[in-house]
Order: sequence, then C-alpha cells, then structure tokens
Amino acid sequence: MAQAVRAELRVVGGSDHETGPAQVRSSQAATLVVENMQCGGCMTTIERALRSVPGVTEARTNLSAKRATVVFDDQVTDMQALIEELNRVGYHAAEATETADAHAARRADDLMRRLGVAGFAAANVMLLSVSVWAGSASDMDPAAKDLFHWLSALIAMPAIAYSAQPFFRSAATALRARRLNMDVPISLGITLATAMSLFQTVRGTEQVYFDAAIMLTFFLLIGRYLDELVRVRARGAAENLLGLKALSATVIDADGAARRMPARALKPGMSVQVAAGERIPVDGKLIDGETEIDESLITGETVPRFATPGALIHAGTLNLARPITVAATAIDDHTLLAEIARLMQAAEQGRGQYVRLADRAARLYAPAVHILGATTFVGWMLAGAGWEQSLTCAIAVLIITCPCALALAVPAVQVAATSRLFGKGIIVKASDGLERLAEVDTVVFDKTGTLTRGEPSLKNAGAIGDAVLARAASLAAASRHPYSKAIVKAASDRGLSVKPKGGVIEVPGAGLSARGPRGEQRLGSKAWVAGACAESGGTATLWYFETGAKPVGFEFEDAARSDARAVVGALRGAGYQVELLSGDREQTVQSAARAAGIDEWEGGARPDGKIARLAELKAMGRKVLMVGDGLNDAPALAAAHASLSPSSAADISQNAADAVFQGEPLSPVIELLAVARATQRMALQNFAIAIAYNVVSVPLAMAGHVTPLIAALAMSFSSIAVTANALRLRSSAIAITSMEQTR
Amino acid sequence: MMALAWLIPCALALGLIGLIAFLWALNSGQFEDLDGAGWRAIQDDDKDPR
Repeated sequence: MAQAVRAELRVVGGSDHETGPAQVRSSQAATLVVENMQCGGCMTTIERALRSVPGVTEARTNLSAKRATVVFDDQVTDMQALIEELNRVGYHAAEATETADAHAARRADDLMRRLGVAGFAAANVMLLSVSVWAGSASDMDPAAKDLFHWLSALIAMPAIAYSAQPFFRSAATALRARRLNMDVPISLGITLATAMSLFQTVRGTEQVYFDAAIMLTFFLLIGRYLDELVRVRARGAAENLLGLKALSATVIDADGAARRMPARALKPGMSVQVAAGERIPVDGKLIDGETEIDESLITGETVPRFATPGALIHAGTLNLARPITVAATAIDDHTLLAEIARLMQAAEQGRGQYVRLADRAARLYAPAVHILGATTFVGWMLAGAGWEQSLTCAIAVLIITCPCALALAVPAVQVAATSRLFGKGIIVKASDGLERLAEVDTVVFDKTGTLTRGEPSLKNAGAIGDAVLARAASLAAASRHPYSKAIVKAASDRGLSVKPKGGVIEVPGAGLSARGPRGEQRLGSKAWVAGACAESGGTATLWYFETGAKPVGFEFEDAARSDARAVVGALRGAGYQVELLSGDREQTVQSAARAAGIDEWEGGARPDGKIARLAELKAMGRKVLMVGDGLNDAPALAAAHASLSPSSAADISQNAADAVFQGEPLSPVIELLAVARATQRMALQNFAIAIAYNVVSVPLAMAGHVTPLIAALAMSFSSIAVTANALRLRSSAIAITSMEQTR
Repeated sequence: MMALAWLIPCALALGLIGLIAFLWALNSGQFEDLDGAGWRAIQDDDKDPR
C-alpha cells in the first residue's frame, strides 16, 4: 500500500497535476531496449519522444544498459505505440525480456555495499596501524598502543563479519560438497587472522593482524565485484540482442480485426498474418496462402521450400513470396524443434562440470598451505618453543599464505579480457568460457549464416550492364524479397542511382512487372518472364525482360563473409584444424568450403549428425570450438568444448553459445581465440607472481620473523602487482600466433 | 592523550559519514548509469525538473 502511494506521488510530482488518482492506478512500468542509443544527444531525443506519447508519465534512459524505463497508462497507450514512436525518431527499440538479470544485478549491488563497508573499515584500521608502526620506532605509550589495537578490533571485526560473508558462504558450500575451492583457504586465513589478533589484543602483544585481515577482504571483494559486474553487463547485452530480435505478430481475431502483439504473447489457436519478407513469429500450420519459405536459419538449407496450406512452419523462418496466415500450434513431439530440444538436453548432460583454473589451483594450494602451517607448528615445538609461540608462528604462516594475489589473479585477468572483447562487439556469456576457449585446437564452422552472410547476393553482376542493372533495380526496389534486395544492393554498390519505379505490380510467386514508355518490364521467375517472351533459356534463378530486348539472367549465391578466407587462413596458420559442417546440400557446401579454403567438410548433416562428428573429434582428443547460428546447430553448440554464434543466430542457439559476436566480419573468431589464449597466459603469469611472493615470505613466516607490517606490505604489493599485470591485457596488441604472415 | 580522545572519534565519524553517503548513493541508484550520468550533467534542461 505504501508503495502504491509513493508511486502515485512520484507520478504526480513528475508531470502536471491533471493526472488523477484513477488514472495513476492503471499506470505500469516497462523497460525498452533501444539498440542505437549511443550518446547524450540520443538520451534526450529518446526521453522527449517517449514523453510526447499521450499517457506516458515518466521516461528515463540508461545509457550503459541501452535501456529506457517508461511509466505509462495502459488504458491510453501500449508498448507497441511506444516502440513505433521511437522508430519514427530513428531508434530501433523492443520490449526488454525479464530474466534472471535482475537477480545478478542485485548480487552486484550487494557486493558493492560490502565493498564500501570493507573500504571504510580498511582505511580506518590502516590509520590506526600506521600510528602503531610509527610508534614502535619511537616511544609510544603501551597504553595508547593497546587502545589503538582495541579500536582496530572494534572496527575490523564487525566489518569482516559483514563484508567477508560471500567468501564464507562459498567456502561452506564447497566444503559441504566435499570439494576445495579458492574460498576455503581465504575464509580460513581471514578467520584465523581475526581470531588470533583478538587473542593477542587481549594479551597486549604486538602480533595484531586486523589491518591485514580487513585489507585482504577489501582487495578480494574488488575482484569479486568486478567479476560480477562484467557478467551482469555481458548478460544484459546478450538479453538486449535477443529482445531486439523478438518479433511482433499481426493477429487476426475471430471477427476479422487485425491487431499487433508481441510474439511471445501468442497462444495456440490464434491466426497470425505474415507479410512477404517478414519472419514467421510462431510455430504453426499454414492455413491460408501459398508461399516460399526460407528455412536457412533452421536447417542450413539455402534453397527456399514451397509451402501450401497444411504445411508445418517453424518460428524464425522467413516468408519470401506472399502474405500467408498461420495458425499457431503447440509444439508436438515429432517436430524438428522437439528433436533439437531432446538432443540439447543430452548434450548438456554429457558435457559435465568444467573445473576452473582457480579451483584447480586451489586443490593443490589448500593442502600445501595446511601442511606448511602444521610443519611450522611441529618444527617450533621440536625446537623447544612453547605451544603458544609455536601456534603464533603457524598462524602467521597461514595468514601470509592466504591467497590474496592468487584469488585476484584469475578474476582480474578475466575482467580485463572480457571488457576488451566487449568493446569489439564480442559478448562472453559463460563465466568459464574464456578458459575453455583457450584450450581449443579445432574450429568447426557451420555454413549458412556463419561462414556465409545468410542472405543472397548477386553472383553474376559482372556480366550485366549498368543500364540493365539500374532498370532492374528500380523495379526491384518495390519488393521486399531477398533476391530483389540483392539486386538493389548490387546496383547501389556499383554507384548507380536507384529510383523506385511507380506502378510496379508484384505477382506473388512469380515476379514484378511495370509499364513504362519503353513498353513492359518484367523481373521474376523463368516461367513469368517467358510468358512475355518465349526465347529465354539458361539456368539463372531470376530473369529481367523488357519489350524488344533479350532477357537477362540473374544468378544468386549466399556469399561468404568478406574476410572468411583470411580468417580460415589465419586459423590454419596458427595451427588450428578447421572444418565445415553444414546441413545444406553437398554441392553448395563443397563450393563454400573451397571458397573459404577449408579441406575438411561435410554436407547434409542433421543435428544428430553434427553431434556425432563432434563426439568423433572429442574421441580423437580434440577440443572443439563450434561456430554456428542455425537452430540445427544448437545441440552441437551445447555439446562442443566451447561455442560461438553470430548475433543473427536463432534464439536457442544464441542462448546455448558461450559467446556471441556482432557485425559482418568473421574476424571476431580470431580475436576471441587470441584473447582467450592471452588470458590464460596472463593468469598463469599472475599465479607465478603470487607463488614467487610466497616463496619469499613463507620462509620468513616459518622462521617467526613476520611482523604485522611485513604481512600488510606483502599482501598489498602482491595484489597490486597481479592487478597491474592484468590491466596490460586491455591495451596491448594481441595477435594469434603467426597471424601476421597470413595477412 | 586528550587530543586523541577528540581526534579519533572525529576521524571515525567523518569516515562513517562518507560510508553512509556512499550507501545512500548506491541505494538510490546513482551508480546504475555511469555513462549516462556524465552526459546528463552537460545537457540543457528540458523544462522538466529532473
């Protein structure tokens, strides 16, 4: 109730006072993803545009997240109107999908709060400790020293009890599962340092380590927070991509009225109208109209399928020829989609738990720490020291070996690497993705949409004259068919001005025609053009004809991404084995493989066939990176050692992939592999730094020479050293081995 | 020693004020859009009080 009142006040305060309570109650908040929000100017434009829509009471953009939060009255306006308004001012927007993101963001906030408390406590305890250290050199009053120690205890103990909880919890979880992770030695170190410091404070000695304990907590929380923040950002960006691809559907009600609604709100039994050139938003059955369907995103097959009423149609396919009506149906067990879901489940179970580098290090490190501590204790006892002094030395060893640098070593490098990749449009979603990518030695590409662009381009443009191409393009500009778009693109690439022609008639399934001063022009299938002129021959896909001239054939192909050949060459030069695995026909796959310079290829592969090939490679001891976009690649993406998909991929595939890349070039594959390897190298370097620090300081601790000052200095220096080392990854040029030679 | 009795509580109180200010800023969402906040500072006001 209190919340409702506050919402009402905010709305009233934020706009004019005409907004009565009755309307406020129906107001709702929604989040929009805005794709091309880049700068401050965009923020103002977007907020103004949204506020100009009647019924909107509040609009606020978030530039980091590329999102806008809108409060609107759902009796006056709806999401669709807001999205259309943003489209009108030039921004591509969509409704944000609500997911686990909010949960992760809360976790990051929680870590930030603990970080703030730890920082406050560390600064104040340090202030007191420095006085004590300075006092040891001069003549500090023992009573004042005791007071300072007690004050430190008063600040540090509650702060540690609150701030270090994430480590304690994670350690407890690991121990309960009878595993060791990095948080076990961390928790042990923090707890022991605090407990012993309290004991020594009571006794009034010098061995007080509160500053070390709280600083350790502070540094580790920084690493943990950055780690979480990068993951939240990556997940947010991945969700934005999916949200922007989400389709809206035109639903035909029983009374014949059409209305737009988001595709995910569709229910079985609804009739959905799909215009030519639109993606089909839902799985269903064709009930009205005949058309050609481009299923390349589902099967990898590039030749469109002809569909008549009764045919099953998959969501995500492209309606090429003419408007159709589809009845949404529930997925039944015999469809391709159900088979893919089954395969994916099996693949995910088969992959097993991957043990991260830091945890592998902890498995070696934790026992070593405990053995060293025990040895110190036993050694001092044998040497004849009392149990109290022996225990003090043993605990000093545990404090000094507490893996501050070790626990920062991997997160710091991963954060630097992930943000570097983020800047280049590569989103690493899986937290252990980079580590798995670094181990890859084989790259398997899918063809359609991955190695190629996934859309037709004009193949024989060189054989067609400027004048003919320009006239064909001005005819084609009237149509949304992918072939028409390819002709228009070819013409504008050549610098010809394409003026859309008026009075073009589109005959569904056949082609385009127009009447001009020169007589009739036609662009379309062979049969359609032959109707006007009988003498057309040859095998071209599309023909252009004008009265009194010979028909001209247009051939199309799914062209490779611009740098596919260079990327494959660079990968092979760096020692990766490269394969092509596609669901398309053998012949097409062969020519694509030849164009890209890949020797190993396989066509006509079904989803289970792809998995079988991956299993074969795995049995040969290979670690495979699968790069794919189609729905038929999803199980393979889930089964491979690591996986990558373009942002144009099917939703399921994008979700299954460890990383997503944006843009037309294929070079992110190289960047990703190179950065993953550099990350691994740098993480190992950081381990080396951390171990070197232990080699120096552990003998000192075992010999009983570690004072609180030495412990604090050693801990800070090693943490700063590994962090600084990790930051090099942000700026340094990283090349995949021998990549320069192939360029 | 009298100086310490004043100065230590002062130092702690100042630190505590900083901590409280930080937690307040965090809870009121001021760290949510660090990129956008920089832009908002140099933008013309939109007749809108925010």
